[in-house]
Amino acid sequence: MEVSALSAKFAREDALFNLSARTAAFAVLALFLGVFFFLVVGAWPALREFGFGFFTESTWDPVKNQYGALSPITGTLLTSAIALLIAVPISFGIAVFLTELCPASLKGSFGTMIELLASIPSIIYGLWGLLIFAPLYAEHVQAHLGGWAKSLGPLGVLFQGAPIGIGISTAGIILSFMVIPFIASVMRDVFETVPPILKESAYALGATRWEVVRNVVLPYTKVGVFGGIMLGLGRALGETMAVTFVIGNAYNISPSLFEAGNSIASSIANEFAEAGEGLHVASLTALGLILFLITTFVLIVARLMLSRMQKKTGGI
Amino acid sequence: MKNRIASLALLASLGIGQAFAQSTNITGAGATFPYPLYSKWADEYKKSTGVAINYQSIGSGGGIRQIKAKTVDFGASDMPLKIEELNADGLIQFPAMIGGVVAAVNLDGIVSGQLKLSGAVLADIYLAKITSWNDPAIVALNPGASLKADPITVVRRADGSGTTFLFTDYLSKVSAEWKSKVGSGTAISWPTGVGGKGNEGVAAYIQRIKGSIGYVEFAYAKRNKISFTQLQNADQQWVSPDDPNFAAAAANAKWDAAQGFYQVLTNQPGKASWPITGASFILTPKDPKDSAKALEVLKFFAWTAKNGGKMAEELDYVPIPPTVSAQIEAYWRDAVKVNGAALWK
Amino acid sequence: MITPRYRNRQFRNKLAIALAVLATALGAAVLFWILASLATNGLSGLSKAVFTQSTPPPGATGGLLNAIIGSLAMVCAGTIIATPIGILAGIYLAEISQGAKLASVVRFVNDLLLSAPSIVLGLFVYAVYVAHAKHFSGWAGAVALSLIAIPIITRTTETMLTLIPNSLREAAYALGSPRWVVVKRVTLRAARAGLITGVLLAVARISGETAPLLFTALNNQFLSTDMNAPMANLPVVIFQFAMSPYDEWKQLAWVGALLISVGVLTLSFIARHFSREKK
Repeated sequence: MEVSALSAKFAREDALFNLSARTAAFAVLALFLGVFFFLVVGAWPALREFGFGFFTESTWDPVKNQYGALSPITGTLLTSAIALLIAVPISFGIAVFLTELCPASLKGSFGTMIELLASIPSIIYGLWGLLIFAPLYAEHVQAHLGGWAKSLGPLGVLFQGAPIGIGISTAGIILSFMVIPFIASVMRDVFETVPPILKESAYALGATRWEVVRNVVLPYTKVGVFGGIMLGLGRALGETMAVTFVIGNAYNISPSLFEAGNSIASSIANEFAEAGEGLHVASLTALGLILFLITTFVLIVARLMLSRMQKKTGGI
Repeated sequence: MKNRIASLALLASLGIGQAFAQSTNITGAGATFPYPLYSKWADEYKKSTGVAINYQSIGSGGGIRQIKAKTVDFGASDMPLKIEELNADGLIQFPAMIGGVVAAVNLDGIVSGQLKLSGAVLADIYLAKITSWNDPAIVALNPGASLKADPITVVRRADGSGTTFLFTDYLSKVSAEWKSKVGSGTAISWPTGVGGKGNEGVAAYIQRIKGSIGYVEFAYAKRNKISFTQLQNADQQWVSPDDPNFAAAAANAKWDAAQGFYQVLTNQPGKASWPITGASFILTPKDPKDSAKALEVLKFFAWTAKNGGKMAEELDYVPIPPTVSAQIEAYWRDAVKVNGAALWK
Repeated sequence: MITPRYRNRQFRNKLAIALAVLATALGAAVLFWILASLATNGLSGLSKAVFTQSTPPPGATGGLLNAIIGSLAMVCAGTIIATPIGILAGIYLAEISQGAKLASVVRFVNDLLLSAPSIVLGLFVYAVYVAHAKHFSGWAGAVALSLIAIPIITRTTETMLTLIPNSLREAAYALGSPRWVVVKRVTLRAARAGLITGVLLAVARISGETAPLLFTALNNQFLSTDMNAPMANLPVVIFQFAMSPYDEWKQLAWVGALLISVGVLTLSFIARHFSREKK
């Protein structure tokens, strides 16, 4: 082919290529906006009908067509809070172990262990939680805690109720198991960005391992650690299967953590397939919209924190 | 190379999809109440005719919704729809079998069929007014039983359920307080309780939680060795759940095709009548778009009416009496039309 | 000189180390407990029937054939749909407009989608596809899975491509190749192992997803290869069977869980092996 014809051909092929790549990229954008749009459209009838009361009412009554999101929202927030309360210290411990204490020969195996835990699908956690963890939890933990509840005074109200093994606390615990590997690996990655020279200087001055972690690593990686926790929170808020198996499916707000409850994701999973047209479907879609907005917000905060961390260290 | 494998795989799956698309795949969805029977029927039907009737038990609420949205070929519901609703959505309705809902408990030291619970007491338990097994009201009905001060864990449905409808309809008839405070329906605002998904979920929770009480279709209790209780019927007799007692309640039914066979059989008169008996209904379009599939649906239920009786009784359900089956077939002839012509000959 | 202050510091150090080791031991313990439960309960139910018979009605014995085939079909279809879109989008972000404002927006949104709750994506597919098609189908399930896979593949593609040194690209451009040839023949080829890793990770992730399939593919009692109708799949079957009171069903739920776990872990291992080999 002649040179000019060849370069024309190249230009056309390039244009086509650019176009397809650009379309794919736009598809990603369109997907996000599309999800948001359809959720709003679907949720609108419920939001218009109940207004702001949707967020403060706890009645969920399909017979009288009255829906309030307070119970599932509370359940989502409570289970995620419990999950983080348990997961953050443990993940922190694991990350410190992996970066500071672990002998180099074992680092690979423990790192693999974390990744294995992270890749186990949530339905496995749910299945295991319901069939293995819940009965043991009921018999060995709840039964005893319930007995001590009276002597704990005002705190005792947190542990009232029959030891049924399922409920808000169980869901929170199973959720924490799911989220630990996630937060631990982000923390580990973030800890590893600390320039060795900073740590070595501290050690040279006679600092103990813990002091290096507390006074050198943590301040340096503060923002990244927070971002990692936010990522874990985002994951916990949206988790469906691990929670639906063990949360008890009750539109109930109770001070006791042993009681059954509901989360946004578990309500949708349980009811959507059979919700009646009109306000019921719209209310469930509104729940989905709320979840989408909450997780998007948390994830935006997480990403901003983590990219600030990246800019600081100039690396990936 | 990767591309070639990918395109081959895609073509293969499309090709296989098309080839098998010809073999009829009928989808139904709805009540979990009759699910053990429907799935057994479907299994046998496939063996004898090769047609696959895929029934998904998602609860009566789901069945009603899916058939109204025409996303399935037939819906199943234990709560019958009234004729106005049937006409508005262009559906026909007919009963496929009859069963009973029982109250089931998980209590140490209580044998199945031993515990007696009156309607009022049952309602009060579900209203969270009675919270302990040694409550005087329960002890009064069961003087000999060893009832301890254990808390009662109430189990009920988390999803839209015809079984719930039957149970709450019964409670509304025997407790004025229940009727005014809560009412009846497939999905209600429960005063208390842990929610199981489907009859299976409720049965699983009762099995798992000591001191629990729940309501399930009889087969679920019997199959899974869960203790059921005696209940008091409209004639003030204490009865146990069993085929003859369900049939006794069903004998009061006045099946009327003009009303879409609408019948609620709770709290029926009769010495032996089981107070929470119910029929399970099938919903299918009056004017189906896919006539081949609609015909398969009717053929299946004609087959079950003729051949399914024994299987029903084995699973402790009551088959529809032959006279009613004849009524149902006549109803199909009149009501189901494709382009003006009757589908069922 | 051992001052009280020194002893104090040593104590705190030892305590911190002990807690860190404890935390790691706890993590390891949970992992082994779960894997052990899977192994004991799942293996005891493994038999030829699992792979040759379909799911049984309540109280009968059977297998998981329809669920396995259904899951394989939907995961394959979902991956086939997602891979071109994900790779092209990743190429766009890495090759075509590295610094542009639009690219950073797309990158950000992609990350949001990556961690979005999968049940919300299932709602979306229901509203857009199932409600209009008027029936559940394997295709709807495949589409829902592909929506989860796309952000994963996009992200890993972009990451892998940016790792390729520019000198490689510059050499190709210097020879006068058009951009798409450079990308296809040079950059993609060099990053091939990494891209395969990304796809494998996406496959591993979607094989275990349940929530989006609950109201798109529904489920099927029988073996069916008709993607245009409800399709059995392992996750929804596990969900249904585990919450039931029937022992045969609960046994099959464990077997299904074991199969999914083995599949996911194998894929993850292969993916890591690939990316390690690249180095």
